[in-house]
Amino acid sequence: MMTNEREYSSDLEGTSFSNEQSDLVWDHEDVLDLDDFTVQEIETVIALAEQMREVLDRRIARAPALRGFTVINLFFEPSTRTRASFELAGKVLGADVISVSADNSSVVKGESLIDTVKTLSAMRADAIVMRHSMSGAPYLASTYTDAAIINAGDGSHAHPTQALLDIYTLKQRLGSLRGKKIVMVGDISHSRVARSGIWGFSAMGAEVVLCGPPTLLPAGLNDNVHVSRKSSNLPSVQVETDIDVALDNADVVMALRLQKERQQGGLLPSLREYSKLYQVTQERLSRAKQSHVLMHPGPKNEGIEIAGNVASGSNSTIEEQVTNGVAVRMALLYLLAGKGQVGAN
Amino acid sequence: MTTLAIHNARVIDPKLGLDGVMDIVVVDGRIGRIGPNEAEMVIDAERIDASGLTVTPGFVDLHCHLREPGFEHKETIATGTLAAAKGGFTTVCAMPNTEPPLDSQATAESVLHQIEQSAQIRVLPIGCVTLGRAGTELAPAAELVESGVVAISDDGDAVANTALMQAALSYSSLFALPVVQHAEDPALVANGQIHEGWISTRLGLRGRPSSAEEILVARDIALAEVTGGHLHLAHISTSGSVSLIAAAKARGIHVTAEVTPHHLTLTHEIVAFDGQSSAIRYDTSAKVNPPLREPRDLEILTEALAQGIVDAIATDHAPHSKSDKEIEFDLAAPGISMLETAFGLAMKRVHDGSLNLPTLIKTLTSGPVDSWSLENRTNTPGLGTLSPGSPADIAIIDPDLLWKVDTQEFLSKGKNTPVDGWELKGKVLATIFTGEPVFVDPEMSSRLRLN
Amino acid sequence: MNSGMAVVLDNVAVDRTVRRLAHEIVEFHNGVSDVVLVGIQKGGALLTKQLIREISNIEDTPVKWGTLDITLHRDDLGLTGLPSAPSGSELPDIDNRIVVLVDDVLFTGRSVRAALDAINYLGRPKAVRLAVLVDRGHRELPIRADIVGKNIPTAMGDEIQISELDQRIDSVLLRRGENQ
Repeated sequence: MMTNEREYSSDLEGTSFSNEQSDLVWDHEDVLDLDDFTVQEIETVIALAEQMREVLDRRIARAPALRGFTVINLFFEPSTRTRASFELAGKVLGADVISVSADNSSVVKGESLIDTVKTLSAMRADAIVMRHSMSGAPYLASTYTDAAIINAGDGSHAHPTQALLDIYTLKQRLGSLRGKKIVMVGDISHSRVARSGIWGFSAMGAEVVLCGPPTLLPAGLNDNVHVSRKSSNLPSVQVETDIDVALDNADVVMALRLQKERQQGGLLPSLREYSKLYQVTQERLSRAKQSHVLMHPGPKNEGIEIAGNVASGSNSTIEEQVTNGVAVRMALLYLLAGKGQVGAN
Repeated sequence: MTTLAIHNARVIDPKLGLDGVMDIVVVDGRIGRIGPNEAEMVIDAERIDASGLTVTPGFVDLHCHLREPGFEHKETIATGTLAAAKGGFTTVCAMPNTEPPLDSQATAESVLHQIEQSAQIRVLPIGCVTLGRAGTELAPAAELVESGVVAISDDGDAVANTALMQAALSYSSLFALPVVQHAEDPALVANGQIHEGWISTRLGLRGRPSSAEEILVARDIALAEVTGGHLHLAHISTSGSVSLIAAAKARGIHVTAEVTPHHLTLTHEIVAFDGQSSAIRYDTSAKVNPPLREPRDLEILTEALAQGIVDAIATDHAPHSKSDKEIEFDLAAPGISMLETAFGLAMKRVHDGSLNLPTLIKTLTSGPVDSWSLENRTNTPGLGTLSPGSPADIAIIDPDLLWKVDTQEFLSKGKNTPVDGWELKGKVLATIFTGEPVFVDPEMSSRLRLN
Repeated sequence: MNSGMAVVLDNVAVDRTVRRLAHEIVEFHNGVSDVVLVGIQKGGALLTKQLIREISNIEDTPVKWGTLDITLHRDDLGLTGLPSAPSGSELPDIDNRIVVLVDDVLFTGRSVRAALDAINYLGRPKAVRLAVLVDRGHRELPIRADIVGKNIPTAMGDEIQISELDQRIDSVLLRRGENQ
C-alpha cells in the first residue's frame, strides 16, 4: 500500500475510521483538580471544547449526546455563573439537569454531606457538580458515590473547570501557552482559581508569576524537597510582591477577585490601599506586552482589583471566558459520560 | 497470699538502673523480689515465662481523653482503660474536657466514683484551669486538689488570657500543681486545620503556624519564671518549642514537657499523601491539634526526648466516633486514638537508631511520674518503677515483634488513626496492674501458667 | 492483502460508481440548484468531494455542499468505552433546500438516524435524501437509501473496509467474518 493510504472499516454503526478512535486521551471518573491531568488530557478537553463551541453557535444549540444522563448541580455556596454554565452545558447536550442549593448552615445542622451525596446517588445521578466552601469536600463526596464528581470550586483548594476554560481561552488568543508569562494578581492565599491555574498553566508550559501583598501569599510555595517521595507540591512559580515588576513583559494578566472579608480578617488595612498597590490598571498594563491578554475569573469588583476601563478593553477576554466556560463544561460532561458512567447506577 | 513469678525477662527499669535478664516475683499485688533466678525458689505461684521478652514498669500517660462523662459514644472510662491496658499503660491521667468539664469538687467526685466502678487501671483525673474551660475565671484549684486531681488543664484550648494564665500558675504554686498548657495562640490558629506549610497550601486548608505554639510556650515560660508555678507543656510539636524549653530548664524555671508518639513519627505530609500514590487525599484521621509538623521538627523533638529536654511521651489519646471524622476536613474533630499504637509507633525511633530502648522506656514510666511528682501526689511510692514494695504495674513487651495495626481490633471506641494498616515493630504482649493481668496478647497465652 | 479479503470495488469501479451516483443525483433532482450535498464524517465527506468533482463535469451550476459530524447525536455514548472526538460540521444554509445525505456504507442505519437528528437541529430542509456508495444490508432501523452505488450481500460479522488514497475513496474491500 502507498504511504498516504489508510483504511477504515464499517463498524456496527456504519462507518468510522478504525485508526482514529484513540485521539481522545482521558482517564478520569471524576474531575477534582488538574493536578492529575496529563498535557494530553488537557489537550483533549480543549479540542472537544472547540467542537462544543460549534454546537453552541448553532441556531438551535443542541446536540443530545447526553440523552438520559442526569447531572445534579449541588451548590453549597452561592454562585450564578458557574452554576448557570454547568446547567447550560448539560442542557445543550440533552442531559437532565437539576440544581440543588444547600447552604452550609443546613449541613452543619442536619444532613451530612455524605448522606446528601448518597441520596443523590440513589436517585441515579450520573454526575454531581459540586461547589463547596470547604477544601476537599468533593474528594470526600467522590468516595461515597459512583456518580462522576465534578469540582466546581472547593474552598481555597481548586477550581479545575475554571483553569481549563482559561487555558482554552488563552489557546484561542495565543496559540500556545509554552513559554508565555502568566501573571496572577491578588489574593493568592484564598484563591482556588490560582491553585488550579498553577497546575494547568504550568502543565501547558507557561511561566507562572504570582503577585500580591505578603499577607495574601500562601506558605510553602516552591518548597519542593519532597518531590522524590511520591508526594508533590504545586509546580514551581515565581512570587513577586511588586506589581510593576510582576507585569513586566507579561503575556497574560489575570486579576483575581478580592473578597471583602480579607479586610475584616486583618489581612489588609483597606480596600483603598489594596487598589492603590495592586489594582490592574491601564497604566500598569503598559508594562505588559502590547498584545497581552487580560483575564478575570469573575465576578469582578471593578475599581478594586481591576479598573473598569481595563475590564472592558480590547485585551480583555472576560466575555469569551464565559462562553468558553460552557463549551469546556460540555466537553467534560461528554468525556465523563463516555467513560461508562451512563447506567453505572 | 497470691504470688506471680515472671521468669527470665530482660528487665529494663531506667530509674532503678536495671537492664539485664532476671526474674520478678510479685506478692499480693506488689513487687516482691527482683533479680537473677529469684523465681526459681518460689513455690505455688502463677508463672509467666518471659524469656526473650522485655519487662518494664507499666507505662504512665500524662495525657489522654477518656470522654466520660458526656461523650460516651466516643469512649468511656471502661473502654479507654481497656485500650490503655492493651497499650501497656497502668496509669493514665484523664483530661477534663468532658461534659460537664471537671471544674468542681462535685464533678471530680462523680468522675472518681465512675473510675472506681469501671477503670481497669489507675486513672488520675486532671481538673480544669478555668471554670467551664471558658477561659475567664479560675476553677477552684484547692478543692480540686483535695478531690485528687493531679494537674489542671484547659486542654483542647489554650489558656489564652495572659493575666489569667499568670494567675493560674501563681495560685497553683500553693499546691505545686502542674498547669498543663495546650500551647497554641487562638488568634493565630483560628480555623486552622493543619500545619501551615506546603501541604496546607497544596490542599487549600487554613494553616496552624509553628509560631502559634512557640509564642505561648515563650509567654508561659516567662509567666512560670515570674510566678514560680509549675508549667507543663502538653504535646509540644515544634523545634522552636524545644529551644525555648531547653533554655528555660537551663535557667532553672519549673517547666516540664511532653511529646506524643505521633509528633515524633508522623509529618504533615500524611494528611495529603499515603506514601504510595501521588494523588492527594484529605485524611481527617491525621487532623490533630497541634498539627503534625515537618521532618525537621520530628528530628529535633526526638533528640530533645533523648536529651531529657522533653520529659515524657504522652499519648494525647483522643478517640472520636466515625461521624466525627467522616466529614468535611474543616468540620472534622481533631485528635488521634493513640493508646493502642503508642508503643509500637514510638519504637520507630528506637529502630531507626535515634533513641535507645531504655530512654524510650524512661519517657513512658519514671519520666512522666517524676515530672508531675506523681509518687507524692498519689501517695504511691515507687510508682513508675519496679522497686520492691511498689505496686506491681508491669508491661511485658517484645520490641522486635512485627504486627499490623487493625483498628477493628482496637479496644478503644475511637478507630481514628492515620496508621491503620501500618506494620509496626514492637508490641505490648501483656500488662499487669497491681499484680493482676489486665491485658494478655494471644501470642502470650502459651507462656502463662496461671492457677 | 489478507487472504480473507475480497475486492468489491477497485479504483476503476469506484470512479465509475461515483460517476453514476453523480448522474443519478442530478437526474433525480432535475439539476442541483436546490440541492445541498451533506457528507457524513468521515467517509461520506470524502465521497461528497468526489461527487462534487463529477457533478461539476456535467452541470454548470456549482453544487452547494457541507460536512456533518454526528458524534454528538449517536446513541451509544458510554456503551463503547471512550467516546470519539467530534470533527465538526460545516454546512451552508439548508433551510428549504433538498439535503442529500452522503455516506460511504449503509449498514445498521444508526448513523443515518443520528444524521437526521443532527440535521433537525441545524435547519429545516424541504426534503432529505440519502445517497450511499455501498449498501451492505442488516438494517436495524426503517431507513432506506434513495440512491445506491452497489448492493453487497454480507453476513453480520463481515467487515467492509474502505481504503483511502489522496483524500478520496480508492477501493472497497470485504473481509469475511471469522465464523464462516
